[in-house]
Amino acid sequence: MKRWLPPILFFAALAGAWEWLVRQGVWPRAIVPAPSEVVRYLVTAVADGTLLGATGVTLRRLVLGYLIGFGFGLPAGVLIARFRFFRHTLGLLALGLQSLPSICWAPLALLWFGQTETAMAFIVVMGCVWSITLATDAGVRHVPPIYRWAAMTMGSRGLHLWVHVILPAALPFILSGMKQGWAFAWRSLMAAEIYVAILTGFGLGHLLHYGRELHAMDAVLGIMLVIILVGLATDKLLFAPLERFIHMRWGTERA
Amino acid sequence: MIGPGQTAVAAPVKLAIEGVSKTFHTRHGSVHALENVNLQIREGEFVCVVGPSGCGKTTLLNIIAGLETPDTGRVLADGKPVTGAGSDRLVLFQEPALFPWLDVMGNVLFGLKLKPNLTAKERREVAEFYLRLVGLEKFMHANIHELSGGMKQRVALARALAPNPRVLLMDEPFGSLDALTREQLYGDLQAIWQKRPKTIVFVTHNVREAACLGDRVVLLSARPGRVRGQFHIPLPRPRDINSVEVARHSAEIIHALKPHLTPDTEAVAGE
Repeated sequence: MKRWLPPILFFAALAGAWEWLVRQGVWPRAIVPAPSEVVRYLVTAVADGTLLGATGVTLRRLVLGYLIGFGFGLPAGVLIARFRFFRHTLGLLALGLQSLPSICWAPLALLWFGQTETAMAFIVVMGCVWSITLATDAGVRHVPPIYRWAAMTMGSRGLHLWVHVILPAALPFILSGMKQGWAFAWRSLMAAEIYVAILTGFGLGHLLHYGRELHAMDAVLGIMLVIILVGLATDKLLFAPLERFIHMRWGTERA
Repeated sequence: MIGPGQTAVAAPVKLAIEGVSKTFHTRHGSVHALENVNLQIREGEFVCVVGPSGCGKTTLLNIIAGLETPDTGRVLADGKPVTGAGSDRLVLFQEPALFPWLDVMGNVLFGLKLKPNLTAKERREVAEFYLRLVGLEKFMHANIHELSGGMKQRVALARALAPNPRVLLMDEPFGSLDALTREQLYGDLQAIWQKRPKTIVFVTHNVREAACLGDRVVLLSARPGRVRGQFHIPLPRPRDINSVEVARHSAEIIHALKPHLTPDTEAVAGE
């Protein structure tokens, strides 16, 4: 309970100060809505289903694209770490493309796939795949050779060696790549949803875009809040357990 | 001192090292680690390889394990040339090399899980037996980073013994342990070896340790490593490292070793 008190007090004070300043008329209401108005928007948007629907659409795109990116990135990283040929080809490609914000793919993705879910997925995949690839490559190459040797003299080889020794040993690296990939994918998807209207589903980015068009700043702020909460929730649900496992086993500093 | 090839036990040859040489090339020049090493090790024999630091003992062990390849010569295991690592020649390394993503139990189970025809229950029982042997049964759920250096090496010993390998290659495994633990493990290792016969090649720079453990002590000279002599230790077991007989044998070996020492050697008796 004590752990929760400081953050609750902090955010309550922040919202209180904000509400007070708005009521004092420091800014025009059309530009800076009060927290109470944002909450009112959130309540009605949840009640009429738009917010939950949009969150669902966005999450579906994110998870699908991320899974594809992970499914391709992990083996690609293994290939790059294992074979010199892939390091000098695919490895360079990954390094180059990782530095490109994946929203830059949007014009081409729209041209190739049209205004479809495929275009959205493509942008998400491009956002996360290279981080995961490069982290897997780095992780595999940092595995101390003695682990491999110890496992080999116990009879481990081939696929068993990869699944039970090399990849687990590289887990701390792979996890940091997964987190970076997730962050990149999340940002790219928001940009893509704001930038591109897709008729098969309205995500959070679209809602934000319409909020701007309608000059409904209470909606804009409310949706921003939801986007933050989704980001926090994925971190706590998806990555925190893995991180706790790594801290426990490796004895690195507890978060 | 006896000549090579002369052995007291008439068991079949388990490991044959034939004309093995190895040179490492680094940016700072090349290191001639091993020069024409010939050695025959019989089934069930406990052979200690002694030599000063940097005489290529570890390299020799890694070549027997199949982790490194010799420049010339070859190693035969059961008459068949060694082409790679295998579970029939298990290595206990100088550093524990425990897997941090597994707990103590998971580490000891690792080799056991690679053995066919064992049920999960049997594997657990074997793992628990060896953990008890090294006195760490209370730590089976501990994480590796929570153990001291000596405890880690004892887990590594349990992990190496658990699959009951036919050949166990040990590379100065007790160097990092305190004297008391080490003496206890000398006793345990001899007891295990007598109960579960296996061929052991034990590399050390501690002559007293070699005289205490080995049926035979093989002397390796400094760079390049060559076999300079062999000694039989016909003492009954279990042997106590502090006994007069072990000390006498160790003195004899040190006497023979002296001409082959380099000035910066570490090989001392009963260190």
